[in-house]
Amino acid sequence: MTTLFTSDHEWLQIEGDTATIGITDFAQNQLGDVVFVELPKAGRSLKKGETAATVESVKAASDVYAPVSGEVVEANEALAADPSLINSDPQGKAWFFKLKLADKGELEGLMDEAAYKAQTE
Amino acid sequence: MSAQPGPSSLKQVPLHALHVSRGGKMVPFAGYEMPVQYAAGVLKEHLHTRTSAGLFDVSHMGQIMLRPKSGRVEDAAAALERLVPQDILGIVPGRQRYALFTNEDGGILDDLMVANFGDALFLVVNAACKDADEAHLRAHLSATCEIVPLTDRALIALQGPKAVAVLEKLDPTISAMRFMDSGPRTLLGIPCFVSRSGYTGEDGFEISVPAADAERLVTTLLADPAVLPIGLGARDSLRLEAGLCLYGHDIDTTTTPIEGALEWAIQKARRKGGAREGGFPGADTILRQLAEGAPRRRVGLKAEGRAPVREDAPLFADASSTNRLGRVTSGGFGPSVNGPVAMGYVPTPLASAGTALVTELRGSRLPMQVVKLPFVAPTYQR
Repeated sequence: MTTLFTSDHEWLQIEGDTATIGITDFAQNQLGDVVFVELPKAGRSLKKGETAATVESVKAASDVYAPVSGEVVEANEALAADPSLINSDPQGKAWFFKLKLADKGELEGLMDEAAYKAQTE
Repeated sequence: MSAQPGPSSLKQVPLHALHVSRGGKMVPFAGYEMPVQYAAGVLKEHLHTRTSAGLFDVSHMGQIMLRPKSGRVEDAAAALERLVPQDILGIVPGRQRYALFTNEDGGILDDLMVANFGDALFLVVNAACKDADEAHLRAHLSATCEIVPLTDRALIALQGPKAVAVLEKLDPTISAMRFMDSGPRTLLGIPCFVSRSGYTGEDGFEISVPAADAERLVTTLLADPAVLPIGLGARDSLRLEAGLCLYGHDIDTTTTPIEGALEWAIQKARRKGGAREGGFPGADTILRQLAEGAPRRRVGLKAEGRAPVREDAPLFADASSTNRLGRVTSGGFGPSVNGPVAMGYVPTPLASAGTALVTELRGSRLPMQVVKLPFVAPTYQR
């Protein structure tokens, strides 16, 4: 199991051909208190770069883009019910959705944790 | 990335260093660097203000003293009445009133507070309008008044149910003040102007303090365990829940006081048949709308679900209509309401509470309902 990061402050946890996707602690800190999240429905096919989810904080709405292409296999219903999880546990309980990867080759452009940390410091 | 001016072109408030030291996240606002939030975040800051006491820095706002050349404050009041539809002569010494600078079309140039200090009128105006307001006052009132911008003073607000107990420790007589009382007061030996008013819907005080003493006063207030510093983010959600207008958003030169549902702020003396009927810019339009109604009205709006509906969202009569009837002028998440809250303009026939409307959010239609303002009942100590 590996965790990868994007320059848009998303994380991907890869297990086989499935990626669990969320936003980083850095991202939630920038957003402020999250009050609403709109998640993609299971079965939806996402292309890399497409808007996959929307996060509304007290300040503004922000789009979350699909970091890689694939089919949504599960959305986090617990997160939809309690969006504040994004602030309290962004890289744990606040995963957004799971994606069945369409092309594992797309993972190659992503960063490991050390590279991501270097970017946000 | 954005066209906002760089930090070098932004002005700093006297409490700048204190904000930074308290973890304030500084952002450009009306030409100033202002704290939008502190470490606690907007949600906690908002709720803390409603349950305890919040301290706001609003030093970017304009403070102007109108001194009558005759020495008689009534002369300054009569002169100011030529620019606002309010009964300024009726403000007795020690009291304050909400007022509006209007233009010839009946639009609103700015909203402001006017206090009678016995020998002068003390005005507090919006930051973004203060230069224009000062020029407006000079153009029309120079014959009767000295117009003195108080640029060497900070302005802070202490708001919330515990504000009175906190301030009482510095002046035991402060609790005798009623809502909209205003006047000079000494706090920690510092000559301040204190009014019992604010922009949150809560009981509280606004304090004008010499810039050189501002940090000492604020440090003392923040040392009280009941008090947290509050940024502009929570100031906006608090005033929105309280149904209070933000100039440049909910009211501006294209909205009249009647369209803005601010007719409560026009006293009898300036209305048709009043002792000093009319005599302010746009009086024809404003008095006609007072009698006959305005074509559109500012209303409270509640969206279905939990997603905030924000400024500029369109309003339609029903799910299939493409005819845009109005728009949201302020909208966001109300932490005390624990849901989305908004205000906007709709045609007057659709302005009654309970009217169903529809907005558009990220390409989908979403039901909204006209609701009574405010969203949170005020706790002013009248």
